[in-house]
Amino acid sequence: MQQVSINTKDLKKRMYAEQRSLWIKRFFYNKMLVFGSLLLILLGFLVLILPFFIKSDPLVMDTVNRFKAPSSEHWFGTDSYGRDVFSRVIYGGRVSIIIGLAVTLISGFFGLVIGVCSAYYRSLDHILMRFCDGLMAFPAILLAIAIMATMGPNSFNVVIALSIVFTPYVARVVRSSAIVIKEQTYIEALKSQGASAWRILALHIAPNTISPLIIQCTFIFADTILTEAALSFLGAGIPAPEPSWGNILYDGKLAIFNAWWMTAFPGVALLLTVLGLNLFGDGLRDLLDPHTNKAKK
Amino acid sequence: MENDILLEVKNLCTYFSTEKGKLRAVDHISFSVKEKEIVGIVGESGCGKSVTAESIMRLLDEKNLVSYEGEILYKGNNLLSLKKNEMQEVRGKEIAMIFQDPMTSLNPVYTIGNQIVEGILTHQKISKKEAKQKAIDLLRFTEIPSPEKRFDQYPHELSGGMRQRVMIALALACNPKLLIADEPTTALDVTTQSQILDLLNKLKDELNMSTIMITHDLGVVAELCSRVIVMYLGQIIEIANVEDIFDSAQHPYTEGLLNSIPHIDGDRSKKLNVIQGTVPTLDKVPVGCNFAGRCQYATDKCREVEPELKEVMDNHFVKCWNYELIRKTNKEENEIATPY
Amino acid sequence: MINYVFKRILSVIPVLLIVAVVVFSITYLTPGDPARVILGADATETEVIELQEKMGLNDSPIEQFTRWFGNLLQGDLGDSYFMNKSVMAAFADHFMPTLSLALMAQLIAILIALPLGIFAAVRRGSVLDQTVMGISLIGISVPSFLLALILVLIFSVNLGLLPVAGYQPLTAGLDMHLRYLLMPAVALGAMQAALITRMTRSAMLEVFNNNYIKTAHSKGVKEKKVLFKHALRNAALPILTVIGQTFGVLITGAAVVETVFNIPGIGQLIINSVERRDFPVIQGVVLLISITYVLLNLIIDLLYGVLDPRIRLDKK
Repeated sequence: MQQVSINTKDLKKRMYAEQRSLWIKRFFYNKMLVFGSLLLILLGFLVLILPFFIKSDPLVMDTVNRFKAPSSEHWFGTDSYGRDVFSRVIYGGRVSIIIGLAVTLISGFFGLVIGVCSAYYRSLDHILMRFCDGLMAFPAILLAIAIMATMGPNSFNVVIALSIVFTPYVARVVRSSAIVIKEQTYIEALKSQGASAWRILALHIAPNTISPLIIQCTFIFADTILTEAALSFLGAGIPAPEPSWGNILYDGKLAIFNAWWMTAFPGVALLLTVLGLNLFGDGLRDLLDPHTNKAKK
Repeated sequence: MENDILLEVKNLCTYFSTEKGKLRAVDHISFSVKEKEIVGIVGESGCGKSVTAESIMRLLDEKNLVSYEGEILYKGNNLLSLKKNEMQEVRGKEIAMIFQDPMTSLNPVYTIGNQIVEGILTHQKISKKEAKQKAIDLLRFTEIPSPEKRFDQYPHELSGGMRQRVMIALALACNPKLLIADEPTTALDVTTQSQILDLLNKLKDELNMSTIMITHDLGVVAELCSRVIVMYLGQIIEIANVEDIFDSAQHPYTEGLLNSIPHIDGDRSKKLNVIQGTVPTLDKVPVGCNFAGRCQYATDKCREVEPELKEVMDNHFVKCWNYELIRKTNKEENEIATPY
Repeated sequence: MINYVFKRILSVIPVLLIVAVVVFSITYLTPGDPARVILGADATETEVIELQEKMGLNDSPIEQFTRWFGNLLQGDLGDSYFMNKSVMAAFADHFMPTLSLALMAQLIAILIALPLGIFAAVRRGSVLDQTVMGISLIGISVPSFLLALILVLIFSVNLGLLPVAGYQPLTAGLDMHLRYLLMPAVALGAMQAALITRMTRSAMLEVFNNNYIKTAHSKGVKEKKVLFKHALRNAALPILTVIGQTFGVLITGAAVVETVFNIPGIGQLIINSVERRDFPVIQGVVLLISITYVLLNLIIDLLYGVLDPRIRLDKK
């Protein structure tokens, strides 16, 4: 028989190590998450770091070299004004991703606050949730177009419009998981010990809604990028000449007979980014929250 | 072998492919069911009794990643080698099954009548009208009040006991030769349980049918069965006639199961005997005897070498190295106990 | 059932009210003076003040809202600043192409998605399943206008098979109608198809785990019948929900795709109005589409009652 030494410290250490390795294993077992992360890291590098190193300016026009096909000098060719499509796609991506991040953070924050509060205070719940229902009754792009039409097209307004559009979607998800947590006995116990409502909300309920919140935010990120591209494509988003994937594609549409590269490259960039985010979100959901319905969004 | 054997299971193994590798949920089991006999399969949850039943019906085919070994001979034909459509002919017509949870076993979007008629029409070429009449007769036979009315009701309008009666009617729809009842009373409250047991007893008397009764309740076994199979961790550890099990269980696990039943006339201050430890999971099946880790009689031999299922008395099989020792201790206990 | 219908219809009213309030506030908060927009830069100050008075722009917001809402209830959404017609008339003029496009996209999506989703669920884990899931993941990542551009690039620019842009109404013949709508409908329907495929698959998988499927198998019911009679009927509710919810998105998506193909639908109307800052039209279009969207979801909810006896008979 083998002698087993019982040392709680060792045991605990071993347990934690095992748990850690299990998480790492589950991460790598989850192909979607791995692929999604790799794609996002790559794109993040290209879009956020590369602009510091490339020389070509996305705004400089060169009327001599209009509609040049991709070459070693212009990797993605040039557009109708002779601008370098490669640097426009990179800078456009930067705009798209920064707007996406900003909208995700803002709507994530307000969604969390609204969701947690309406789960906790029943009187607020009615008002807040009816309001969210009302906002969600608008198709996202349409509401964004309406808000943009009144505020005028610029990047700051795009962020505000999309944050208004997406906050209810976050609030909904946070609220439903916060309600479950609120009903749990330990919250009752805290209340009976006289913990203040704010303390319970901030320290006990909010942290427990984190995983559905993060998952939802990943999808909001993807949706923001899609919606911003659509807005800019329609001319209600980022105004020219500042590049964004949406308005580069709009230029591409006008020149579709002359320059396929003006459509293809920003299109692929947009597709890969959204695909990366969707993969990441799906994978994350499998990892953190394996019981929820997969196709629900 | 006698020729009145209806079902014979030979060395059946059922495997599940999982993340943790291939798990053997049923481990080389062999038993037989004679005509008109009621056999009980007993064991704790997760011991493989439901998987055995579902293997016989081949219901696990529908989930991927399940594989079988061995033979399941029904009237001499191996069910495991049947094609899908041949198996569909067997299900419902030859072998029928009742499940544990009547609340979820009926399709919520169709009426009771629709579901029974479907079962009848699957195997019998009769008109819809005749099928409806037959369904109502079946509902009446299972003692459902006002069966004509129930026929057009949806499952959620019926109580749990009523739904289990509907399930029984459904199972009887095509006069099967073998009925497998997988914990038919577990999910019901006590009064309903005894009503359902009465109904099953009635079936035994009135129909020409064999039954496999899967349960963890030895009371049910005592009331209905003539023979008992005890399973532990995918294996059969003891088979005996019902009297022999209750009078002279040979396997320490069976003994433990029997001792964990409270007796209303017994000494209440005496603590119930509970089997120590918990069932190991399927991915950590021990070497040697599966039960050794929890067995008070276990020796080094038990931990190293697996015993075989051996006939120790007439029609009484045990899978244990120490059955003689256990028999002896039991006798002594009984002798001490008799003076009362 | 009547109870259920009544309750569902009542629950829509507050939502519609909030929609109206939001739409009103968006325009009310608009910087700039509508009177000035209508009259143009050349107008004199007195002309502007006169028009302001006439339009009631100096009244309190509550008064303005009540007036607007009263008109709304009578089906009057005001007049366009630039087109010589009412908003209602403008909407009606542009609605048919959009509806036709959205319906066709929906039809294509359902025809593709239902069988694929069911097969993927039945053959869970197989190569077919993984391929379908992979494609559908790409499907939900491609915005419809991008797919539209790609299709144009392939089928019109390179192969010359289909017209680049344009629209023929149904009166020009069904074949012409379809010829012009095919590419836009495929572009629009693709994401829809991907969503429905994913939903169908997961709804079917969830239903497969139910005991009544086991019961059906144990009765000896044929595989196909178990699948279509027992499983699909129960999976229908979540599938229907996703179809309903996304149909509203489809209509707005149609608006975006229209601009790629120059289809004279709602999309063109709203884009032109945004450029011209024609607020009554923007307001009206947003309102009408949102109302359509809310009513569609109401219809889906009522269909639930038909499909699921548990809801139909719920007395709560």
